Amino acid sequence: MKVTAADYIGITPAWCPGCGNFGILKALNQALVELEIEPYQILLVSGIGQAGKLPHYTRGNVLNVLHGRPLPAAIGAKIVNPELVVIAVGGDGDGYGEGGNHFIHSARRNHDITYLVHNNQVYGLTKGQASPTSDQGFVTKTSLEGACIPFNPVAMAIAAGATFVARGFAGDVSHLSDLIKAGIKHKGFALIDILQPCVSFNHKNTYSWYQERVYKIEGNAYDPADRLAAFDKSQEWGERIPLGVIYQKEALTFEEQLSVLSKGPLVKREIESQKAEALLDEFL
Amino acid sequence: MAIDFNFMIGGEAGQGVQSIGFLLAKAFARGGYHIFADQDYESRVRGGHNFYRVRVKDSVIGAIAERVDMLIALDNGSIELHRGELTKDGVIVFDGEEVKDVNASENLFSVPLNKLAEESAGHKIMANSVALGVALSLVNYDFRVAENVLRVYFGSEEIGDRNVKAAKAGYDYTRQNFKGDFEPNLKPIGDDKRMLLNGNEAIALGAIAAGCKFMAAYPMTPTSSIMEYLAAKAKDFGLAVIQSEDEIAAINMVVGAGYAGVRAMTATSGGGFCLMVEGLGLAGITETPIVVIEGQRVGPAIGLPTRTEQGDLEFILHASHGEFPRVVLAPATIEDAFWLTVKAFNLAEKYQLPVIIVTDQHLASSYSTVDRFDLSKLTIDRGLLFSEGKVADYRRHLITDSGISPRAFPLQGKALVVTDADEHDEEGHMIEDAETRTRMMQKRMRKLVGLKGEINVPEVYGSEGAKTTLIGWGSTGGAIRETVDILSRQGVSVNSVHLTELWPFPAEAMAGIMDKAQNNYVIENNATGQLAHLIRAETGKKANGNILKYDGRPFTPEYIIAEMRKEKLV
Repeated sequence: MKVTAADYIGITPAWCPGCGNFGILKALNQALVELEIEPYQILLVSGIGQAGKLPHYTRGNVLNVLHGRPLPAAIGAKIVNPELVVIAVGGDGDGYGEGGNHFIHSARRNHDITYLVHNNQVYGLTKGQASPTSDQGFVTKTSLEGACIPFNPVAMAIAAGATFVARGFAGDVSHLSDLIKAGIKHKGFALIDILQPCVSFNHKNTYSWYQERVYKIEGNAYDPADRLAAFDKSQEWGERIPLGVIYQKEALTFEEQLSVLSKGPLVKREIESQKAEALLDEFL
Repeated sequence: MAIDFNFMIGGEAGQGVQSIGFLLAKAFARGGYHIFADQDYESRVRGGHNFYRVRVKDSVIGAIAERVDMLIALDNGSIELHRGELTKDGVIVFDGEEVKDVNASENLFSVPLNKLAEESAGHKIMANSVALGVALSLVNYDFRVAENVLRVYFGSEEIGDRNVKAAKAGYDYTRQNFKGDFEPNLKPIGDDKRMLLNGNEAIALGAIAAGCKFMAAYPMTPTSSIMEYLAAKAKDFGLAVIQSEDEIAAINMVVGAGYAGVRAMTATSGGGFCLMVEGLGLAGITETPIVVIEGQRVGPAIGLPTRTEQGDLEFILHASHGEFPRVVLAPATIEDAFWLTVKAFNLAEKYQLPVIIVTDQHLASSYSTVDRFDLSKLTIDRGLLFSEGKVADYRRHLITDSGISPRAFPLQGKALVVTDADEHDEEGHMIEDAETRTRMMQKRMRKLVGLKGEINVPEVYGSEGAKTTLIGWGSTGGAIRETVDILSRQGVSVNSVHLTELWPFPAEAMAGIMDKAQNNYVIENNATGQLAHLIRAETGKKANGNILKYDGRPFTPEYIIAEMRKEKLV
């Protein structure tokens, strides 16, 4: 059965008109169609925030969890059924603020999941407060003296051990879709940090602000397997902002290293209560 | 004459107190005795004062006793701290060449433990086994039984041999040199093959037998050994054990695993459970079956990390914001710990909700002999699964009379499984409207109707219609039952009722039981009488009084009886 765009039509989004999320949704759907993955084969796990609503607006298995917690929930599901294509979705507040610890350790353990972070550098759902990635000096109702030094998710992911680190832009759907495809195909933890204008609350980092600054990493001159070069690249922000795969390497995933999974997904394993008799003997 | 003998081994952390204690317990269990053993230790790896108590009895026991018949003192502090607990005819074993400045007393028996270990086994590290031999010899136990236990415990033939030699040296030395008139006779009374295990091990076994396939946790006293046991057996039983970055991750991983279709659990203590409570609500609203073990320790905050308390009951009953059905089980014994764990997994899946098993440090780390668990009695109920109907019509949160919707698992068919931490419709998509919200709350809360029928009615222990009824929950069961036994023999009109299945609360049964007694006293290891509050809230009945203890130490029958005297109940 051929997968088409019609397979991925979900509920009508409740996002603001012009929201960067529309571009991300379109890019994700396009990637899934092009990879010929059917909705029943994917699990979308999302957090809370405008980004967390995305799974409802497409189709698939959906586990929309707590603020900041999509990664651990996604990991639990992936471990018991590695055959699922697991995609975690959240915003910058969700993933880099509330869920920061999970971000670091999920990258470190190299779980085979794709993590899309809608990074609009501001809190949307709670209406306009500073986020961990707000530019320095960004003034909001809760950062009247300006936000402090922003969190660098790309540098952090590389440092923590992520094996695929990319940056996309919601204003370039086709490029973003390619990145998502590469992230899904990548074996291991794939972070795709997505620059996403918030038309309601971020009047600094607008479509045109990003468009004037972003450029694509292209050609053979850049080697994404070079970790130090990737760190260098991760420091670029301000006048020029790189888009594309910043770091990628092959490594065993957490699930591959878990020998209990070698006999197939745990969700398919029978319950063998009587086998526990042997354990009782050990206490005699 | 009935045998009821109490060993205590005292020393610093790192001196091997635990291994002597465990080996003594094992040796007497092998000889057909009933055992109850507990350990008292500090939050440190070396030094301090630790002790291990082993109670040996020729009939069923469920508690430790306060009196000590034999103290094996590995340091001076143990003698000074515990000589007051020694019975009139009791004896203190110590190494006079190592433990100095001991005030002479006719109850002291000095044995050169280190020297004998070096001579017999080549290293003083075997002094523990020498001490074991001394203890066994003093009570005339059969050395061959202990020999087998030592060989199994140490595994390797060479290490086993050396420890047997060391123990024999202690045994023989005592035969030749002990001149006191200490004559208790603890000969083996059978070769009864009871199991000897602690509460954590019973829970871990219950989880494996119940088919748990996923466990995520962050190490925390007193439940870490549940994770360690499961990790050791993970490969053989198709179980993934994950040490997560924190307790928040642990419970959210467990929700992910439960959603994806396996039986999943976590284990923690009160502090870790504090971090988990939002995740508990997630399981509640997404109707995901999960099992949480909460082994209580002394709080608040870090409290006394290695000690026991029942201070979390009301917290557990209400943990997480909002309202959702849950089950709370509180094992009193090692058997309960096993069977209630099995029940927890069945109820979690049958009713699609979180089940919390409440234990405490005392139950978690106390060893007791139990009859082998009869696995033929074990049943697995995975609840209502989606098997009929069109895949396209599947609704994860279908509204039903029972409140239970058929479960489908992602990729185990083509049905899309959608659920949300937000309030949602039958399909699982987030909603805002009042009507759907109300219907969904009612659907979830309706599960309590069925659940009430699953809760075992608490049974009265002792004579029906006694004047005083002692009420307890969780790990205090053994001490309370023994209190009833002791006082009944003395002609006191007392019985007890013990709650192990706390929520949904068996209100009618409790009200009926309380109506029959003149005095209802609630016994709890906490400062505020949390079960008493619960009883009053659920039955409208106020207990006549409480016996409370919140010093981090477990109840003993002696303590309960002394408190009852103060209350003029005895």
